[in-house]
Amino acid sequence: MNLNSRRLPVARKIVSMCVAASAVWCASASQAADQPVVGLITKTDTNPFFVKMKQGAEAAASKDGAKLITAAGRFDGDNASQVTAIENMMTAGAKAILITPSDTKAIVPSIKKARAAGVMVVALDTPTDPQDATDALFATDNFKAGVLIGKYAKAALNGKPAKIATLDLAPGVSVGVLRHNGFLEGFGVKQGDPSIVCSQDTRGDQAKGQTAMENCLQKSPDINVVYTINEPAAAGAYRALKAAGKDKSVMIVSIDGGCEGVRNVKAGSIAATSQQYPLKMAALGVTAGVDYAKTGKKVSGYQDTGVTLITDKPMSGIDSKDTTFGLDNCWGNK
Amino acid sequence: MSTPSAPAGHPRHFSDRLPSLAEVGPLIALVLACGFFISQSSRFLSFQNLSLILQQTMVVAVIAIGQTLIVLTGGIDLSCGMVMAFGSIIMTKFAVTLGLPPALAILCGIGASTLFGVLNGVLITRIKLPAFIVTLGTLNIAFALTQIYSNAESVSNLPDAIMFFGNTFKLGPADVTYGTVLTLLMYLATWFVLRDTVPGRHLYALGNNAEAARLMGLSSQKILLTVYTLAGAIYGVAALLSVSRTGVGDPQAGQTENLDSITAVVLGGTSLFGGRGSISGTLLGALIVGVFRNGLTLIGVSSVYQVLITGMLVILAVAADKLSHRRG
Amino acid sequence: MSTTTSASAALPVLQARGLVKRYGNVTALDGCDFEVLPGEILAVIGDNGAGKSSLIKALSGATVPDEGEILLDGKPVKFRSPLDARAQGIETVYQELAVAPAMSIAENLFLARELVKPGWRGSIFKMIDKRRMLEEATAHMKDLQIGIRSMRQAVETLSGGQRQGVAVARSAAFARHVVILDEPTAALGVKEGNMVLELIRRVRDRGLPVILISHNMPHVFEVADRIHIQRLGRRAALVNTKDVHMSEAVAIMTGAKEADVKAIA
Repeated sequence: MNLNSRRLPVARKIVSMCVAASAVWCASASQAADQPVVGLITKTDTNPFFVKMKQGAEAAASKDGAKLITAAGRFDGDNASQVTAIENMMTAGAKAILITPSDTKAIVPSIKKARAAGVMVVALDTPTDPQDATDALFATDNFKAGVLIGKYAKAALNGKPAKIATLDLAPGVSVGVLRHNGFLEGFGVKQGDPSIVCSQDTRGDQAKGQTAMENCLQKSPDINVVYTINEPAAAGAYRALKAAGKDKSVMIVSIDGGCEGVRNVKAGSIAATSQQYPLKMAALGVTAGVDYAKTGKKVSGYQDTGVTLITDKPMSGIDSKDTTFGLDNCWGNK
Repeated sequence: MSTPSAPAGHPRHFSDRLPSLAEVGPLIALVLACGFFISQSSRFLSFQNLSLILQQTMVVAVIAIGQTLIVLTGGIDLSCGMVMAFGSIIMTKFAVTLGLPPALAILCGIGASTLFGVLNGVLITRIKLPAFIVTLGTLNIAFALTQIYSNAESVSNLPDAIMFFGNTFKLGPADVTYGTVLTLLMYLATWFVLRDTVPGRHLYALGNNAEAARLMGLSSQKILLTVYTLAGAIYGVAALLSVSRTGVGDPQAGQTENLDSITAVVLGGTSLFGGRGSISGTLLGALIVGVFRNGLTLIGVSSVYQVLITGMLVILAVAADKLSHRRG
Repeated sequence: MSTTTSASAALPVLQARGLVKRYGNVTALDGCDFEVLPGEILAVIGDNGAGKSSLIKALSGATVPDEGEILLDGKPVKFRSPLDARAQGIETVYQELAVAPAMSIAENLFLARELVKPGWRGSIFKMIDKRRMLEEATAHMKDLQIGIRSMRQAVETLSGGQRQGVAVARSAAFARHVVILDEPTAALGVKEGNMVLELIRRVRDRGLPVILISHNMPHVFEVADRIHIQRLGRRAALVNTKDVHMSEAVAIMTGAKEADVKAIA
């Protein structure tokens, strides 16, 4: 396991300064070797999603002969740390910066400055607001991820009248909105449809997912489909359903494809999940960065890094892969 | 002073203390909220639903016990939720990964949280740093240690013994968890200590006028160190309740409980300046938040309004505390 | 100016000889003497910097003098802390009063000295005997004729004079030898100030000598039996109130006039 992911918050500034300083030293000392420097800034470095992303970036960097410097915020939403990281990386001579923005609007001025100085900036996983503030976006199509599980849920219901509960993220966060709307479209209902009997926020947290599910069940005991923003929320929802004796009769669908989530699909608590590929996002980003450093050619636009429906109970007409595939390709601890 | 005159400037003629606005306020607010939701949804007033609300609030409610004790002394604890999460990871990892017997693992988890309490207490009393700053620091340390030790992954497949407090028994038509009972017992014990014992009254005196307490010979060092350590142990018990409710050791738990516990304390009428308030108020404060969250879901209102209403209630509670605070 | 009182043969309750206290280069007490006799109200007056507060701090245990000795009922004592002094029967009422405003009068009276219930309820659970505290608080206040209706009232609902009364009653209830009052009437209006003076007399009449630090000359001359005039770190004079005019006392205090040699007992 990479030690860099274990730095204590207190020591991180010192370490990142040392990293920047040594990067400058390396850059000046090895001008002849001309190793391209690529920076990766994630929201946090504790979420397994970003851990996987960093691993993918490191593997790609060593393969492409690039030098990778990394940084992260202290928590989801920590914009200030990411601003500092961009500045440090520019000083360290990074030609390309890959970033999962914590605050999709507030980071834009820093990104503009970097691009004006000739640095290519690529957003990973989450688009900035506006999306064209970065040179390119490599991300999961979160809307499509929602559509897949929406279609699956509709098919799995097999004509029964639907009573849907949506366990969402938090107001205004784009990832949550996209996935939610995608699910609705895939399922074939519009926002406000009476078959959506309950919608509550969970912040993607297991305990809050449990509370939200309990309260939704109190409101509408006949819920039979539960859309969840991610797999921890799904785990909480499952627990509430189990306590109410409804775990066998209610279907949970989710998104993310983390290893623990795929294990839950295999165990049967989640019916299907849309798997996304952080490693691929990072690897593509590093390759694009090296390419730019060597040839000056920038990437642009949106590149879909793919999403796969993982389920052990496939529905006809809907492409999916089973949990064996899911476990082989999952992110997190296998 | 041979004529019993009414105090200058106060038109009151009552010699006994009337309950202040800050004391009855929470109860009134809770009753009003329940009344509103009963009228709006037929599903609110069922034993099952009310039992659910208790289960949903019990973790924050227990954390808020520790927070109340600390706030009464004029301090604050921003690290409580993270310390709880750390305790829950210790107890679950020790049971699952290290294979310790559940009882021992639980003790280790509570012990870990208590150690953080001691750390807070020592830094505040010996190094004399403000509680706000100290607990801000231990908040980050506890969070980091939790992420490192758990590898940011939740711990599942817990032995049954750890989940004991999530088990239910029948009370009439409702299922009540042992955790709820434990929570209520802890509140009763705290209520007794604060109201009727010497250490409890010394705590109030210290919070109300630290200089007076010092001049009269109370050791603020001893009292504060005891309070912060005890709070740490209480957060450890909250960790056990959290684990038994969710069935996992979750390293992402506790992030909102830091402020949620302070919200419960403030809604309950306890003054952030110290020396005034009651533990019963805190329970009411925690219940108010839980009732709103449950009730608004039952009537189909979006989550964001729960946050809005909680914010407004906090302002009201602090304003009521200020207004009812008599100055001679 | 004779200083001999009719009780001059009596042993001073609290006495100090040759107290010296230095803070760095500053000598606050420079061989200061002190005495207070049983059954008297002794006022301590002195200008700023005369060493008044250093003297009182030494007598109440808040500081330890560098040289000199303190005698309590004729026996030499050392006070290592204010708690030490209190344990030996000397109670001090500070200017800030040391009361918890949100707590009741009874609780404040017994602050840090709460009465516990008898038996295991008191010794193991440390349960407070509220009923007994209320009764005794009521008795103390009645004894000193302080007219507050209920001991359950929060101290913050009282007027300044009544709060002072609570603080004084507390010290009188627990003091065994002497009560020290630091500027008790400083923050009070005329009417309440007079009420406090009346209270001080009652404390003395109950048998406790009172040391009264005050810069309010009219109050001093109204209530004190003798006056200790502090100047330049020493006792400049110790006079009977009856035998001296206010202007003379002020003159000695400021150094405009030297006291007669006879004036020092």
